Amino acid sequence: MNVLIYTLLTLWALMVLFPFYWMVLTSVKSYSAYNSEYIPQMFTLSPTLENYLEAFTVVPLARYFVNTLIFTVATTAIMMAVTVLAAYAFARLNFRGKNAAFVVFLSLMMIPSELVVITNYVTITNLDLRNTFLGLILPSVTSVFYIYLLKENFEQVPDDLYYAAKVDGTSDLKYLFKVMIPICKPTIVTIAILKVIECWNSYVWPRLVTDDENYFLVSNGIQAIRESGFGRENIPAMMAAVVSISVPLIVLFLIFRQKIMAGVARGGTKG
Amino acid sequence: MEKQSAKGWLYLLPAILFLGVFMVYPLIDVFIYSFEEGYNSASQTYYGVGLYNYSYVLRDPYFLQALKNTFILVIVTVPLSTGFALLISVALSSIRPLRNLYQTIYFLPYVTNTLAVGLVFMILFKKTPYSDGLANLVISWFGGEAIDFIDGPYWAKMFVLCLYTIWVVMPFKILILTSALASVDETYYNAARVDGTSKWRTFIRITLPMISPTVFYLIITGFIGAFKAYSDAVALFGTDLNAAGMNTIVGYVYDMLYGNSGGYPSYASAAAIILFTVVLTITCVNLLVSKKHVHYS
Repeated sequence: MNVLIYTLLTLWALMVLFPFYWMVLTSVKSYSAYNSEYIPQMFTLSPTLENYLEAFTVVPLARYFVNTLIFTVATTAIMMAVTVLAAYAFARLNFRGKNAAFVVFLSLMMIPSELVVITNYVTITNLDLRNTFLGLILPSVTSVFYIYLLKENFEQVPDDLYYAAKVDGTSDLKYLFKVMIPICKPTIVTIAILKVIECWNSYVWPRLVTDDENYFLVSNGIQAIRESGFGRENIPAMMAAVVSISVPLIVLFLIFRQKIMAGVARGGTKG
Repeated sequence: MEKQSAKGWLYLLPAILFLGVFMVYPLIDVFIYSFEEGYNSASQTYYGVGLYNYSYVLRDPYFLQALKNTFILVIVTVPLSTGFALLISVALSSIRPLRNLYQTIYFLPYVTNTLAVGLVFMILFKKTPYSDGLANLVISWFGGEAIDFIDGPYWAKMFVLCLYTIWVVMPFKILILTSALASVDETYYNAARVDGTSKWRTFIRITLPMISPTVFYLIITGFIGAFKAYSDAVALFGTDLNAAGMNTIVGYVYDMLYGNSGGYPSYASAAAIILFTVVLTITCVNLLVSKKHVHYS
């Protein structure tokens, strides 16, 4: 019985790992070696890094990286600021219309991005923000779900702390930064990582609002490489580009494995 | 209270601005677009209000192809990926050594770029003049004929799309199912063991009912996710999905909006609304079915 279970698990592990193995393998085969293999070889005895050199020189892969980095950092930072303030208002402050506002926010969670992307595209085009970072970032900032997630976490901080701080004359903003954020840091970090993953992989919105390759993100870059990049047939160089854009997220995942998996189990959606 | 009120709204202001401009307004606007006939995006004029956009979309052969592709994708991948993820998760929960390693490996596709890894699937399945590719090598071991899965017959392209979709959605499902299995109370299993209940019977009578809300949640999110499939198809077949005959509904929406066939936000809006009517209907049917079969403790 155990043998059967381990066989099944190992088979699926191989299915998952094989594409990764194949992309790394292909990326270190030389162009001529790859194209002379009528029957694909499972390993290579003469690995080369020339494809990586080509990936970073023939196509502007480095620029795609920098663009993605700017987009990811800016989007995540703005989103965190907006989310923390809103979550704090819902969790801690009392104001007229709070419950009604919260219900509206919750119902917005059900709105699929595909419905709103059409008007956003028109809005950004009319504002002349195509092929700008502002146009890429602004519509990607909103995440109602994370406001909800953080609000739940903020509410677990005991009220006594708040009243004690109020007696001491601490302002709300100071209380938020000195007490709430440090206590809820694990959730905040999880949200930030999930947003970073989302930004790094985003494809649809960047494709709609950028057609100047100076503003391409890695997803659009890889698609451009596929359709015109290395003259179509240079598969090893293409795979070198694929490896390069996959590595940062895999490293991030291996460092924050527990946090990412717990975070996705609590609130991720994909698939 | 007045001062407090102002402060509360002030903290909410950034969120309200972003949501208002990029979510609430577009949501209203998309319905308006979908009823404006003959909308011209250059001059921003239209000459009538009615259902023409809907009837145009519903008669467009590209839309019907996209609808067919999406339905096949949903019907094939949702049951297969959910069932297989359940099998893997149960197997994973029954072992101790190496469990963390397997879990880490299984999660990898979640953190990879769909477009990038899709290219790897493409070269594995593509047949070129220089090489039949790895998939065809395996087929030839079993005495089969080489097929081009990327530019070849429809069923072959659909097969790769389904396979890649399953590969992409498995990590999420395995993660959710393993945590659901871990939260089933041990005492039920102990009681079953004392009674000498067989493993299979324990699974059917205890495990499955206990995790049925999770399975059901995965089926619903799976349906919604598969109906919105798009970037997997782009990764495999390129951006001109209509030419490849592999477009999806979401792909049709974007193609109507932008690119060579773009510039028709009205048709795009009508198609997007049709998509969400379909998704909403199926979700409601799912909810009704689940009332009968799901055990909520």
